[in-house]
Amino acid sequence: MDDLDRKIITATQSGLPLVKEPYQHIAQQLDISPELLKQRLTNMLEAGQIRRIGAVPNHYKLGYTANAMSVWNVPDHKINELGEQLGSLPFVSHCYERPRFLPEWPYNLFAMLHGKSKEEVAQKVDQIVSLLGDHCAGYELLYSTQILKKTGLRLTKK
Amino acid sequence: MPMDDIDRKIINALQGNFPIDDRPYQIIAQQLDMSEDILLSRLERLLNDKVLTRFGPMYDIQKLGGNFSLCAICVPEDRFSEVTEIVNGFSEVAHNYKRDHSFNMWYVLATESTEKIEQTNQQIEQKTGLKVYNMPKLQEFFVGLHFKA
Repeated sequence: MDDLDRKIITATQSGLPLVKEPYQHIAQQLDISPELLKQRLTNMLEAGQIRRIGAVPNHYKLGYTANAMSVWNVPDHKINELGEQLGSLPFVSHCYERPRFLPEWPYNLFAMLHGKSKEEVAQKVDQIVSLLGDHCAGYELLYSTQILKKTGLRLTKK
Repeated sequence: MPMDDIDRKIINALQGNFPIDDRPYQIIAQQLDMSEDILLSRLERLLNDKVLTRFGPMYDIQKLGGNFSLCAICVPEDRFSEVTEIVNGFSEVAHNYKRDHSFNMWYVLATESTEKIEQTNQQIEQKTGLKVYNMPKLQEFFVGLHFKA
């Protein structure tokens, strides 16, 4: 990331302007040509530095009111196999291995589950329970009850 | 204002890749069989109503040389709003959710360097007097799900 990339990121991280020529608008602010801006954005997209350009919906407002972080205690030597299996379930949006903090936090596998009701999420949990079988030494569901902040990445200007 | 079918079409279409083009809204509007003006005014309303929380490039801080991490705090209920204010006050905190558990505050730090994760958490511990559990991902098995509106 060079200085220009950084300027582009700080100018666009809170969103694209809702005008007919948004890139031209940003390029003007940055005092560069729209071609250069588009080229830099294309480069960052190809390098994976931009995951995608698009909208982030508030899943609550779309009716997905039951959002649980499910956390599972599985043997470390089985984590790759079980993580891949959980991650391939169609209703799992994110699946990660994370560190345990014993004794108070024994869970090492995290899977985000989203549903339009807690009953729907409970059915999904049942599927995971039977998938993991004896490998699961315990699990919990942590439902989100409030979005306290959701701004996304914020680089500060240098 | 309640969502209608046009809103749903827009939300579903914009979760994919928005074009890098002189008139990107026009391209999407044509795909959705609506005018550019309508698309823009609908988009503005969806953002104002917070049906969409953001619209633009989603940067991957790790690929840009930085890092992010999921962190948790067990916050005593009677201190919850005070601690929320402290934690949200850090620009490095990208998201923060309340969850129904003794580990009731879960936030994501996005920082320009790995050291900054540790530093920010130390500052949060100092300001709140509470222990921060830093739970960076050790492995990623899957990320991605489009919310169908």
